[in-house]
Amino acid sequence: MEKNEKTQVIAALVENKPGVLHSVANMFRRRDFNIESITVGRTEQEDLSRMTITVKGDEKTLEQVVKQMNKLIDVVKVTRLEPENIVTRELALIKVNVPDNKSRSDVINCVDVFRGRVVDVSPETLTIEITGTPDKIDAFLNLMKTYGIMELARTGLTALSRGVRSIRIEE
Amino acid sequence: MTKMSGAKALLESLERQNVDVMFGILGGAVLPIYDLLCKSKIRHILCRHEQGAAHAADGYARASGKAGVCMATSGPGATNLVTGIANAYMDSSPLIALTGQVPSGGVNTSYMIGRDAFQEADIIGITTPITKHNFQLRNAAEIPKTVKTAFYIATTGRPGPVVIDVPKNVQTEVTEIDFSNGIHIPGYKPTSNPHPLQIRKATEMLAEAERPVILAGGGVIISNASSELLQVAELLLAPVATSFMGKGAFPETHPLSLGSIGMHGNPVANKLLCEADVMLAVGTRFSDRATGRLDNFCAPTKKIHIDIDAAEIGKNVDVDIPIVGDAKKALQELHERLAKQLKKKKNTAWTKRVKETKEQLNPRSKGASKDLKPKALLQALRKLLPENAIATTEVGQNQMWAALYFNTLKPRTFISSGGLGTMGFGFPAAIGAKVACPDRPVVDIAGDGSFRMTEQELGTSVTEDIPVIVIVLNNSVLGMVAQWQRMFFKGRYSAVKLGSVPDFVKLAEAYGAQGFRARSIAEFAKAVKTALKSDVTTVIDVPISMEEDVVPMVPPGCGINEQVGDY
Repeated sequence: MEKNEKTQVIAALVENKPGVLHSVANMFRRRDFNIESITVGRTEQEDLSRMTITVKGDEKTLEQVVKQMNKLIDVVKVTRLEPENIVTRELALIKVNVPDNKSRSDVINCVDVFRGRVVDVSPETLTIEITGTPDKIDAFLNLMKTYGIMELARTGLTALSRGVRSIRIEE
Repeated sequence: MTKMSGAKALLESLERQNVDVMFGILGGAVLPIYDLLCKSKIRHILCRHEQGAAHAADGYARASGKAGVCMATSGPGATNLVTGIANAYMDSSPLIALTGQVPSGGVNTSYMIGRDAFQEADIIGITTPITKHNFQLRNAAEIPKTVKTAFYIATTGRPGPVVIDVPKNVQTEVTEIDFSNGIHIPGYKPTSNPHPLQIRKATEMLAEAERPVILAGGGVIISNASSELLQVAELLLAPVATSFMGKGAFPETHPLSLGSIGMHGNPVANKLLCEADVMLAVGTRFSDRATGRLDNFCAPTKKIHIDIDAAEIGKNVDVDIPIVGDAKKALQELHERLAKQLKKKKNTAWTKRVKETKEQLNPRSKGASKDLKPKALLQALRKLLPENAIATTEVGQNQMWAALYFNTLKPRTFISSGGLGTMGFGFPAAIGAKVACPDRPVVDIAGDGSFRMTEQELGTSVTEDIPVIVIVLNNSVLGMVAQWQRMFFKGRYSAVKLGSVPDFVKLAEAYGAQGFRARSIAEFAKAVKTALKSDVTTVIDVPISMEEDVVPMVPPGCGINEQVGDY
């Protein structure tokens, strides 16, 4: 990371309709901002979706990211989540190479330590589900490298504020 | 609820938005709309190219303050609008662009959208980064609400273009239409009331300023805040510089007027802006052409920045007091507070400095041509035109000479492509402005290079009976780039010479317009006077030297107080 750069998690409530992801992604590209990860899903309010976007940048850039997002008509609310006050999670599915019993039991031990789950088994592979902060997932992946990762799917980070704080829009 | 087709619902929705004119070109995908348009109250002006239609609608919007409407068919019709839409976006002009689209379904039509149909283009994808918002209609029932929403978004807050893409099956669908639906846009609430605390802080800073300066941008014109600006300036005895887009926000003959800042700005404005202790910037986005090199831009000056678009504050220039809100309201509130706090000032050391600097640095035009100098021409033009005449410009040297030498006295009387720098804008914009203000003379201050890009709209102006005056400062060269090649590329002329064709007098005559050639100020004045009395479009060809520079200028990469060139 360059000097003064930090990682920021941004939560946005957006209208749940076609084209919204396009306009958000387009704005990031057009303004030369970089999305580290993005997750999108429906919320408890039917007409709204929630985007969790991780961005890297200096303070001035992050401020612009939020302001430019706010300008988009389909974006209803944007907040920078305070890093010390959020719960973040990411889910990863990892297919690991386990040609023999020794490596198979070693991997299963690691999965237990990381509180993951084995979700699929074949004679030569294990597919593991692991949930946690991105750091935890990185650590687990590092361990698995020695066995050979055949395939990896990460969801990207999602986050909520701790306590009563929320970005919910009261109707 | 009334049963009608989507095409009818669209036209009726436009009428309900008080649209009385639109500019466009028809084609297969908008035929159902055009079939009803000839019976509608809306005047349709058939342009010769969709780019002309978009610029004309933009010119109409800037002259009138209302939204301008243009329409094109799907595919190439829609993509030809793109330059005009991008232009309106950069200059915050309220433009509604209606585009036809191939069918998205329906009983009598096959589903074509997304299947690379004939004349299909993804105009929503293409225009997303150059519109304030865009819509693709899915059914006829949603037309009234969508049109209302589009006009509301285009004309409020910081205005901008909105595209409505209308698939052909939506135009032909017959259904119950309800015009009474209100609009609800949860993600769009423009802040127009400035925060009182910020106004108080700004008042204090301005009241204590010894050398205050005001930088007024296009936002002052959009918000109709010129009289408020004048009040604040006169109370503070603060000289007023404008951005290029702000030209017209403050009368340029006023003793406190400095002219516009920037790369080809008035040297007085560039110099004094940097000497001020407090700058009140209103409705400006501090574009690179205005500020020059940013770390040299008035670094010691304390800055107050009023803008309705929060994203403009701190984007390019760091400011001390940000105020998000409408320029008119903010200036009103500032004036109210300042008037209570300040006594009417007499002349100060600062106003004396302003007066002296203006006398000392008045830009003169020195160049190769013997008699027809742009400065003399444009000053003569100013005298020949009434105060409320509208000037548009093309892009390049003509535009910068107009900025320097053609004094603008009233808002919305100087219309030019500032942000995108679109050659070919001025002439169709003049047509649009004339439609908005038929009783006032409209003059396009043009260069030959730019005029060539949209000259086919002579057909529109003649057949639709929209008389404007085009003054072609003709150096047979792409003048501004030739100047850069002279100044920064050791005079190597590469691909800039256009040759002396066409003969613009004959071109005008070929279209049924009138053409004159002026080789002296006297001939020029005679031609302009004839044109002003005439009810047909006039092209005045004025040959000038290709060696003529726009000077002084701030070389790219320099600060605005580092102007070069003999003046």
